[in-house]
Amino acid sequence: MAGTQETQDHVAEITGEYKYGFVTDVDMDMAPKGLSEDIVRFISAKKKEPEWMLEWRLKAYRAWLKMEEPDWAKVDYPKIDYNDIYYYAAPKSQDKPKSLDEVDPELLRTYEKLGIPLAEQEVLAGVEGARKIAVDAVFDSVSVATTFREELKKAGVIFLSISEAVHEYPELVKKYLGTVVPQRDNYFAALNCAVFSDGTFVYIPKGVRCPMELSTYFRINTENTGQFERTLIVADEGSYVSYLEGCTAPMRDENQLHAAVVELVAMDDAEIKYSTVQNWYPGDKDGKGGIYNFVTKRALCKGKNSKVSWTQVETGSAVTWKYPSCVLAGENSVGEFYSVAVTNNLQQADTGTKMIHMAPGTRSTIISKGISAGRSQNSYRGLVKVLSGAENVRNYTQCDSLLVSSESAAHTVPYIEVKNPTAQIEHEATTSKISEDQMFYCRARGLDEEEAVAMIVNGFCKEVMQHLPMEFAVEAQKLLGISLEGSVG
Amino acid sequence: MLKVTDLHVSVDEKEIIKGLSLTINPGEVHAIMGLNGAGKSTLANTIAGRDDYEITSGSIEFAGKDVTELEPHERVGEGMFLGFQYPVEIPGVSNLNFMRTALNGVRKYRGEDEMSAAEFMKLVRVKAADLKMSTDMLKRFVNVGFSGGEKKRNEMVQMAVLDPKLAILDETDSGLDIDALKTVADGINAQRRDDTSILLITHYQRLLDYVQPDVVHVMIDGKIVKTGGKELAVELEEKGYADVA
Repeated sequence: MAGTQETQDHVAEITGEYKYGFVTDVDMDMAPKGLSEDIVRFISAKKKEPEWMLEWRLKAYRAWLKMEEPDWAKVDYPKIDYNDIYYYAAPKSQDKPKSLDEVDPELLRTYEKLGIPLAEQEVLAGVEGARKIAVDAVFDSVSVATTFREELKKAGVIFLSISEAVHEYPELVKKYLGTVVPQRDNYFAALNCAVFSDGTFVYIPKGVRCPMELSTYFRINTENTGQFERTLIVADEGSYVSYLEGCTAPMRDENQLHAAVVELVAMDDAEIKYSTVQNWYPGDKDGKGGIYNFVTKRALCKGKNSKVSWTQVETGSAVTWKYPSCVLAGENSVGEFYSVAVTNNLQQADTGTKMIHMAPGTRSTIISKGISAGRSQNSYRGLVKVLSGAENVRNYTQCDSLLVSSESAAHTVPYIEVKNPTAQIEHEATTSKISEDQMFYCRARGLDEEEAVAMIVNGFCKEVMQHLPMEFAVEAQKLLGISLEGSVG
Repeated sequence: MLKVTDLHVSVDEKEIIKGLSLTINPGEVHAIMGLNGAGKSTLANTIAGRDDYEITSGSIEFAGKDVTELEPHERVGEGMFLGFQYPVEIPGVSNLNFMRTALNGVRKYRGEDEMSAAEFMKLVRVKAADLKMSTDMLKRFVNVGFSGGEKKRNEMVQMAVLDPKLAILDETDSGLDIDALKTVADGINAQRRDDTSILLITHYQRLLDYVQPDVVHVMIDGKIVKTGGKELAVELEEKGYADVA
C-alpha cells in the first residue's frame, strides 16, 4: 500500500512507543541474584513469615528442582537462566506504609503516571462518572498500597496483600492456598509457590455482594527482576465479586520473567468475575526485550450453582503462556472464558482455557478472539473435558482468528475429551483477514488507516469486550488500537 | 468543484483508465454511463483515493486543491463522498458508532470539535427518517445482514450525515426495486444544492428519470467518448452503446 510506510513512520514517531515504558528511580532492597533454598528462606524471612509458610515454600522449591520446563506450547524463546534473576526486589522502607501519606511520593507519582488512582477520592483516570475501585498496588515484589480497606471491611470484605493475609488471616490462607493450583501443578506454578513475593488476597463472606470493584495493579520496575505474584480469591456462599487486574513494565532490552499464580474458589451460588487487561512490555519491533508471561490461573467452582467468568485482553508480553481455567466441581456450576489476544511485531501468545466438567449439569462457554499482526504467532489452545459422572454437560466454544498482516500466523488447537454420552459440545472456529475492501470502506468514510484498523478489530472483539466492566472496556478499546498501530500491511 | 485532467490509472499493472478528463462545476449533476468493464468503478475509486489503484499520470483537483496525493480520509475531510457499489460489512461495529466515528473524523480533519452523542443522535434520526431507515437498522452492525436495498439506503444516510460537497455514487441504483429506487433518488435530490455537485455512475438510464442530470458522459474502454445533455441517456437506452459512441 502506497502511503502505508509514511503512516507507520508517523505513528511510530508520535505514539508507537510503549506508553508505560518509563523507569521509576527508587532505592530497592534486593535479594542476591539467583535461586536456592537460601533465597527461598530469605524471601520468607523478609516477610517475617510463620514457619508453615516457609515449609510450604521449601516443599514447592524441592519439587520444582525435579521438574522440567514445559515445551509443548507454540512459543519459542531462549533458555531462561533461573540463576540470573533477582527473586526479590522491594522499595526500601521498613514496613508497608499504614496510610497513603507514608508511601514514597516517587511511587505515588509512578501510579499517577500509569493512570492508577491510589488516593481514595479518585477514580480511574479520565473516566467520567466511574464507580469506586479499590486498588492493591504491587511494585516489583511487594504491595505498596491497598486502598478502600476500611470501607470494604465494613461490608465484611477482606481485601489486602497476600503477605499481610498470611499474618492476619492465617487460617483462611492455610485453608485455601494451593487447593486450586497445587504446588506441583506445573513448572512455573511450582516456581511461584517457592518464591512468590506478593499479590492479593480477597475473601467475600456469605451472602455479600462486594460493594465496589476490586483490582490489583502489577508493575515490574527493577532490571533483571522476576515477578511472582500470587492471588487468592475466595467467594463464600451466595457472594459476588468483580475483580480487575492490570499490568505494565518499563521498556528494557533484556527479557523479564513473570510467573504468577491466581486461584479462585467459588462456593455454593457464589460468582466471581475476573477481568485482566495485560499490557506487559511486549519488546521492541525487532523482538528485543519484553516480558515472559508464564501464568497459571485456575478457578474452582466448588459449590453448586457457582459461577466463574474469566475475561482477558492480552496485548502485552513478548511471550504469553496462559490458560485461565475452570474446574466445575459443583453441580450446575458455570465457567466462562472470554479472551482477546493481540500479538504484533514478534510477540508470541499461546493462550486459551481448560474447562473441566466434573459435576452434572455444568456448563461452560469459551469465546476466544485472536488478532495477529506484524510477524507474530498467536495460538488458541483449549481443553474441554467431561468426566464420566458428569451428566448433561454443555459447552460452547467459538475461536475466531483475525490476521492483520500477511506475515503473522494464527493457530487453533482445541482438545475435547468427553467421557459421558449426554454431553453437548459445540466448537466453531473461523480465520479471516482484514480485507482491503473493509479498510477502504472505513477510510472512504473519513477514518485514517490506524482508526480503520482499530475500528475493525474492536468490532471483531465486541463479544468479548462487552464482558469487561465499563471503565476497563474503554481502556481496553484504546489499548487495542495502540497495540496495532503501525501494523497494517 | 472537480477537475480530472488526462487521468491514467493502472490496476495490477493493467491500464484501466486511459486518459480521462472531466470537469464538474458547483451545482451540477453529472452522470457517467457505460457498460461493465468500461472503468467506471475504477474511476470512482481512484477519485476517492483507493491506493491499490495506481495513477500513472494526470491529476485530480477538488475544490481548487490538488488531491492526487491525498489519503482517502483526507479527501473525505475536504468534502468528498463515495457511495459504494458494494457496501462492505463490518461485523461488531454498530452503524451508529461507525457514522459517528466517521463524522467526528471529518470534523477533526477540519479542526472542528467533536459532535456530542446527543447532537449526533438528533441529526442521524432526522436523516434516517428521510430515507425511511428504522432505528433498529442504525443499531445493527454495519451492513451485516442488510438486503441490497438496505445497504444502498444506508449509503445515502451516511452521505446525508457527512453532507459532502461532492458525492460520487457508484451504481447506487443497482439491485433496487422501484420503491427503494425512489427513496434513494429522493436522498440524492436532497443533497443537490447550488454549492454541491453529484457524480452518478450508472449502467442504466432509469435512475436518471428521478435524478435529472445536467451532463451525461459515455465511457468506453477507460475514456469518455461522448458528452451531452440528458437526451444522451435516452438515446443510449434506445440505441445501445455501440451505435451512440
